[in-house]
Amino acid sequence: MSALTPSQTVGPYFRIGLEWPAAWRLGEACDLTLRGRVLDGDGVPVTDALLEIWQADADGNYFTNGAHGAHGFRGFGRCAVDAAGAYRFQTIKPGAVAAPDGGRQAPHINLLVMARGLLQHLYTRVYFPDDAALHEADSVLGCVPAARRHTLIARPAAQEFTFDIHLQGEHETVFFAL
Amino acid sequence: MAASRLYAPVAPGIYPANATAAYRSSDKRAPREALIVIPETVSEVSGPRCGRESLGGASQDLTRPSGRGAEALGQRIIVHGRVLDERGRPERGALVEIWQANAAGRYLHDGDRHDAPLDANFTGRGAVVTDDDGRYRFLTIEPGIYPWGNHYNAWRPRHIHFSLFGQAWATRLVTQMYFPGDPTLPLDPIFMGVPDEAARARLVSRFDIERSEPDYALAFEFDIVLRGAAGTPWEGQS
Repeated sequence: MSALTPSQTVGPYFRIGLEWPAAWRLGEACDLTLRGRVLDGDGVPVTDALLEIWQADADGNYFTNGAHGAHGFRGFGRCAVDAAGAYRFQTIKPGAVAAPDGGRQAPHINLLVMARGLLQHLYTRVYFPDDAALHEADSVLGCVPAARRHTLIARPAAQEFTFDIHLQGEHETVFFAL
Repeated sequence: MAASRLYAPVAPGIYPANATAAYRSSDKRAPREALIVIPETVSEVSGPRCGRESLGGASQDLTRPSGRGAEALGQRIIVHGRVLDERGRPERGALVEIWQANAAGRYLHDGDRHDAPLDANFTGRGAVVTDDDGRYRFLTIEPGIYPWGNHYNAWRPRHIHFSLFGQAWATRLVTQMYFPGDPTLPLDPIFMGVPDEAARARLVSRFDIERSEPDYALAFEFDIVLRGAAGTPWEGQS
């Protein structure tokens, strides 16, 4: 057995090493825009956060071994927020992936938040409002108190979905221990 | 469901708590609610595989940003080690991304206002993919200690930022490598944010005279251990 290396913050200067300019677009022919802002406990935009997403393709396949699907889709994206704390991913709506009980999970995008001030990154998920019926049975959403579930559901806007990440405050986003 | 998890929870004391009062930036950013424990699903035990195609223009030699020509200023160092999982298995073909300040303690970044010189021959960005034994190696410059605004007379120890993926979404790790004997380590709230002393010590590289190159560069060894699956990870295809 080897002992784990601890996590440390990504700090304010991660763009030097981690910026991939085109990685906010997950492939050609991606018709879903996911955008939002990262906000601190005072509602002030966080301008030095890095987000990564990991998701299945439209058929519910994760490309975990480095393979890719149609149009080069690999399911991984990375985006540094801009000076307004805003991010944008151009992707596709994921299909439903397997649940531990043999059923299906509600479609979701796995999202990871790194920033100065966070000594370990935060895991959350983005769900979609049009899947409300599936949310009832989702084993992960079932762990979340009903009053906080709305923080994990993207809001529809014209041709896109909005998902703000509240690190603290009344609408603090639900974050997970994995 | 009583199924055992592929990835055991990280033992207490190893990862720093996000709400760490001595680290001021955490005050308005660390979530106040407890993290919610969720069942382990294919979403957490699968993960992206980022290899050579993700290197961009970065290389394992940071001392000559163009790959030739003028050289960065400072003490040349070799930083090397293995990327392993908790069970000692090498992470093969794993993307290792690093970034750091220059020898004067200044980052090539608009946000860095420290009044120390930039070095036209140093970007501070590197990336490499591990070999079949999980080994990586960088040639770079020893970064300087630099002041920051966390508290009066605050100094960040010499460090290099590291980013790693591992086998799954749950194994993602971003960390910092420090240098042995740095007098500012016990004063640094980011380093000291790791509660367990033995875990903290694993963030400090080892001076390695054997791998140092005579008349050229000092070596430091830094092994990185990611969470490891108890069995064979699920196939990503559902």
